[in-house]
Amino acid sequence: MADAILEVRDLRLSIGGDEGIAKVLDHIDFALGRGRILGIVGESGCGKSTIIRAIIGILPAGARVEAGTIRFDGDDLLALGEEVLNTRIRGSRIGFIPQDPYLALNPVFKVGTQLMEIMRWHAPDDGLGRKGRGERHRECILGLLRRVQLPDPEGALERYPHQFSGGQRQRLVIAAALATSPALVIADEPTTALDVTTQQQILDLLRDLAEEFGLSMLFVTHDLGVVAQLCDDLCVIYAGQTVESGGTAEVLARPRHPYTRALLACHPDRAETFSGIPGNVPSPLRPGAGCRFAPRCVEARDICDRRRPHLSTDGTGHRVDCVRYDQPEVVAS
Amino acid sequence: MLILKKFLRDIPALIGLIIVVFALVIAIFGPWIAPHPGDIVASHLLQRLKPPSAQFPFGTDNLGRDIFSRVILGTRGALEVALTVVAIAAAIGVPLGLIAGYTVGWMSEVIMRVTDVFLSLPQLVLALALAQLLTPSLETAMLALALTYWPFFTRLVYAETRRLRAALFVDALQGIGAGTARIVFAHILPNAISPVIVRATIGLGFTILVAAVLGFLGVGATPPQPDWGLTISESRNYLPDAWWYATFPGFAILVAVLGFNLLGDGLRDLVDPRLRRSR
Repeated sequence: MADAILEVRDLRLSIGGDEGIAKVLDHIDFALGRGRILGIVGESGCGKSTIIRAIIGILPAGARVEAGTIRFDGDDLLALGEEVLNTRIRGSRIGFIPQDPYLALNPVFKVGTQLMEIMRWHAPDDGLGRKGRGERHRECILGLLRRVQLPDPEGALERYPHQFSGGQRQRLVIAAALATSPALVIADEPTTALDVTTQQQILDLLRDLAEEFGLSMLFVTHDLGVVAQLCDDLCVIYAGQTVESGGTAEVLARPRHPYTRALLACHPDRAETFSGIPGNVPSPLRPGAGCRFAPRCVEARDICDRRRPHLSTDGTGHRVDCVRYDQPEVVAS
Repeated sequence: MLILKKFLRDIPALIGLIIVVFALVIAIFGPWIAPHPGDIVASHLLQRLKPPSAQFPFGTDNLGRDIFSRVILGTRGALEVALTVVAIAAAIGVPLGLIAGYTVGWMSEVIMRVTDVFLSLPQLVLALALAQLLTPSLETAMLALALTYWPFFTRLVYAETRRLRAALFVDALQGIGAGTARIVFAHILPNAISPVIVRATIGLGFTILVAAVLGFLGVGATPPQPDWGLTISESRNYLPDAWWYATFPGFAILVAVLGFNLLGDGLRDLVDPRLRRSR
């Protein structure tokens, strides 16, 4: 993509544990265009959260990036040191909306204290005195809380996280992510812990905010319905491999990868009979060299187990990683 | 305020609180309350070993000093020792627990194994050995007690930190660029502080007791300090005739330790996670 704010290319990552080395990510490849919303879709355990952690550099102990690049707005994130990440990237240029708003705020501090703290770290020093800056930060936070439609913003600053409902807390967390006007917001299943009506409100809010602030957003979810509503682009992950990506409408209308098609067939709205996908997600401990979906794929061929994953495109930006769409010259090389 | 109401309904804890406040008042205003504040060093050999009377409510000791005054004057020393010991122990134990709990790897292992070694030795024996090794004085006794009490804080904070390390708000903080030191000290520590306060309160009572034992065994306070343990030690030669000589300082120890323990138990009930969840 010509003007991508975030580009993840051929990312491979393994985590060493007690049972051996798990190849959690194997060929993750996507690009997020400036001002667009990209949905990363996959089942539980396919490596969605690990991708996020790799991007903001908070990988668990034992994790190792084996290959690939992560470029954000001109910076190679994998090459930056912890100090630079903390001062220039995390929180300041990349906002992060964690999965469960019930647990994302520190329970022992008032909400206002926590939001002010974020502002203090990251907001630029504008020469105003300590008091003037605090005053301006407060104004800024109140404006944000009003914008995310939190009732009674002034009162909210004086309350503790447990005194808010789930939806309100998600609004708080969104406000916290936007507090330092980042260029990119990463949302890790932000609506999973909410009930359906609240979920809808939060999705609408996120869409409006993205447009209003000119945000680029990486939206991670397991819910294709949410992606269809919110995202411009879509990237489907299976067991740590990017299997298909492209414009949301295009991919949903003409899914190519057998996994994407099977996934869509599982969606109750789209399927007449509930089919499911036979088999289980493979263990990342001893994966094959080839396509990880092959053991469950109804269209698998002999070569699938050996073919190194790579995405081929048809020129429209709809890319798929499957032997059935390999162009002849790609196979030859 | 809900917490305050709940605490006020807990009668034993309330009694503990009253005793502790009472002890604090006596410790602070002791020299003005005691009828014979000069009896720390004075001696009145003509009135030695007098039984309790209106003039000397707790009787007098072998040097004719008013035991009532000396018990009051000893309160300050006992509390000073307890507070200093617990403060030093917490200052050592809490940071170690935070570091060991938050990091993984050899440092965490080393800290916790050293903690285990200290925990496996009886505290009194270790304190005695340390106090004997150094020159016996109140300061060395305090140092010995602090050096034997910190592992309790380390274990406690370690467990809490391990639990909180996996909390999502720690992830969120990392995601918005908080450094490790900030996460550990500004965010995890306040979450782990309630059990530390409970432990410290119970530790205050316990330390008063052990300090009295050290004083009794002659490796703590030195004469003529009005130390409770030391007074009991001095009284041994005059038992059982001068029963009041050992009884009243012993009673002071009993009440002080009981007060801190009751208060600590009450506080523990308040901050117990299981109770907190059901609220």
